[in-house]
Amino acid sequence: MRRVYMALQSLAATVLLAPLAFASEGAEGGKTAGGVPLASNGLPNPSAGWDHLWEELMIDLVVIGVLFGGAALYMLLKYQAKSPDEQGTGPRLSKVQAIGWALIPAFVFMSDDLFLAAKGWSLWSVYRNPPANSLEVKLTAVQWGWSYKYPNGVETDVLRFPSHKPVVLRMTSEDVIHSYWAVKYRVKEDVMPGRITYVWFNPVNEGKAYVTCTEFCGTGHSQMYGDIISMPQGEYDAWMASQVAPAAAPAPAPAPAS
Amino acid sequence: MKEWIFTTDHKRVGISYLVGSMAAFAVAGTMALLIRMEQFNPGPGITDNPHTYNTWLYFHGAAMILAFLIPGLTGFAANYFLPLMIGAPDVAFPRVNSFSVMLFWLAIVLALLNFVIPDPADIMWTGYPPYSVMTEGNTAWYVFVVHMMGFSSILGAINFLTTVIYMRAPGMGWNQLNVFVWGTVTAFVMQLIFIPALAAAVTLLLFDKYLGTHFFDPAAGGDVLLYQNIFWFYSHPAVYVILLPALGILFEIVATMSKNPVFNYKACIYGGFWGTTLLAGEVWIHHLYVSGMPDWLRIGMMVSTILISIPVGLMTISLWGTLYRGAITFNTGMMYASGALFFLLLGGLTGIPNAMTVVDLHIGETSFVHSHFHYVMAMLATFALIGGVYYWFPKMTGKYANEGIGKLGFWLNFIGVNVTMFPLMLIGPLGMPRRYYDYPMVPELAPMHHLATYGSLIVLLGMAITLINWITSAIAGEKAPLNPWGSKSLEWTHTDSPPGPGNFKGGTPVITEDWTPYNYGK
Repeated sequence: MRRVYMALQSLAATVLLAPLAFASEGAEGGKTAGGVPLASNGLPNPSAGWDHLWEELMIDLVVIGVLFGGAALYMLLKYQAKSPDEQGTGPRLSKVQAIGWALIPAFVFMSDDLFLAAKGWSLWSVYRNPPANSLEVKLTAVQWGWSYKYPNGVETDVLRFPSHKPVVLRMTSEDVIHSYWAVKYRVKEDVMPGRITYVWFNPVNEGKAYVTCTEFCGTGHSQMYGDIISMPQGEYDAWMASQVAPAAAPAPAPAPAS
Repeated sequence: MKEWIFTTDHKRVGISYLVGSMAAFAVAGTMALLIRMEQFNPGPGITDNPHTYNTWLYFHGAAMILAFLIPGLTGFAANYFLPLMIGAPDVAFPRVNSFSVMLFWLAIVLALLNFVIPDPADIMWTGYPPYSVMTEGNTAWYVFVVHMMGFSSILGAINFLTTVIYMRAPGMGWNQLNVFVWGTVTAFVMQLIFIPALAAAVTLLLFDKYLGTHFFDPAAGGDVLLYQNIFWFYSHPAVYVILLPALGILFEIVATMSKNPVFNYKACIYGGFWGTTLLAGEVWIHHLYVSGMPDWLRIGMMVSTILISIPVGLMTISLWGTLYRGAITFNTGMMYASGALFFLLLGGLTGIPNAMTVVDLHIGETSFVHSHFHYVMAMLATFALIGGVYYWFPKMTGKYANEGIGKLGFWLNFIGVNVTMFPLMLIGPLGMPRRYYDYPMVPELAPMHHLATYGSLIVLLGMAITLINWITSAIAGEKAPLNPWGSKSLEWTHTDSPPGPGNFKGGTPVITEDWTPYNYGK
């Protein structure tokens, strides 16, 4: 199934995206991969790609909306009845006209749809393929909070990570379904018992952001938010060392990383 | 009273559905006001108990969809007008019809009892496990309401499909049916196919919670996503069960008030209504875009979801085309229809970003989605329904509804719902999730919540005026002629206002080949 999917994807990408990718690269001059901007660490920046796609979508929607809305408003104002007995003089379509009025709009809508779908698909591929050298953290959700476990066994409830390295979260829940939304990184995915899901993001800049739960999970649903902090490598190393140090001491040993 | 409870007359059954669904609308609307007041500022507002707030959310969603929109459209409007439009003296099985409306009332009473039982349901209208199994709230209450509404709808579906197939007036061909009839037929075809899936999903929920089974319990080999898949296999088509009859009403109003035939009728019916019906069962994964479904499935259903814009586009073009070179009269009904056209546009277009899997990774489960489906489903269908009541008011009562008060109500409602829902659309991508009691992480969004709350108060005023207008006009309105809008459709040309028993005084009308319900200008 995966092979079929990959084949389909490359076929669609070749047919639909090749000219687009060239066009957008030429126009912006910045580095892109399949239309998705690259960050300073040379890896794709999904959230920038998201913002770009959102902008294009909004332009598309506003154009269609103004066209149709304007047409409706114009007709509603222009074709008002002068007397109560007046009849409309709308066109009676011949067979050919009727077929034309069905097929041509259908074709136009479909072209726009497939154009958008292809763009969405290429960004999707970036979103679903974490780079190889990412920082991989396990996330466990409970009613009502998030806890993270680093590869070296350190556990925290605030996620800290170096700003130049992509972060992958492997997520599961201990009770009900939650959903992990990192607003700043334009990504969310449900966190479920009995299943492992993942998200990744490219931090790019330093700074604090929040994550919050977006799947209804009970009375504490709206209190299930927390911080994620992107920091310089040096600061991150110092913080990690301070977390590991108590564990290295002989005192009550926490469970080792498995 | 007795003749209303035990009636088998489709018109009385229809009115009974209208009263019941308006009652549900009033209570569920009150819940919406409470929700808006709670969200006015971050932190505890009118209640300091999030559980209470969650029961409001549950009731608002479940009652608006199951007890107001679906019964309002396929119960009231279909019952009252479909037999009149096809020239039938009643529905095919009047006693079954009577049983349907009794089940509906029982479900409404059961749903309302949620406010007095000690452990009310708090599981949202979607009822996702494991939460719905683990909660102390009474999930069984939800399950039995769904069962009863479902039974009522399935019986209605069999009844109305039989009626349309076998009881059309002599000579009436398929291409001479009112668009509203097609809207009802397609809606009931979907109800018949998909309700059993919903019934199965909620029944398994019942077994898991009360009988100790493990269908949705991963600890014992079950799967939490199984429920979501079955649930949305029904509940996405349910959106079209609401949308298609609502569009049908819009077509009736727009064609009559523009005195134009429906533009490109066949493309609208076979491409638009049936195309939507055909695609309805192939798109449910778009409700599970962030639920960890396999990537290929999420992409596949992005394509099928996005293709929905083709049938919806065809219906839109037909609606717009019907206005072209019309002779438009702006009465209250037409104003509501025009408002609904605006909602169709805004709600339909905001569906496109929602349809795209990757875009949904950010805006999914936020107030953007919440606003989108309020525009395209809730507000569009409600405006179609209110517009329909105004449009058919002279038929149902023999009197005109007061136009001045009607228009005042329209402007309050139209401005009110936009002031409520547009700000919520804007704050979704800025970080406002759905179903939140509190928003301490984004206190800066409070001004938009203020606006939305003020909007909902305007709607309260508009709806109150509308309801009062209906009641006073039904009692003391100005007498209306039999066909005040000059329509060509059978319910206006061949019946009394209100129609008597058997509907057609001079016997069933005979339909000629060149007749259509929209043959204006001839």
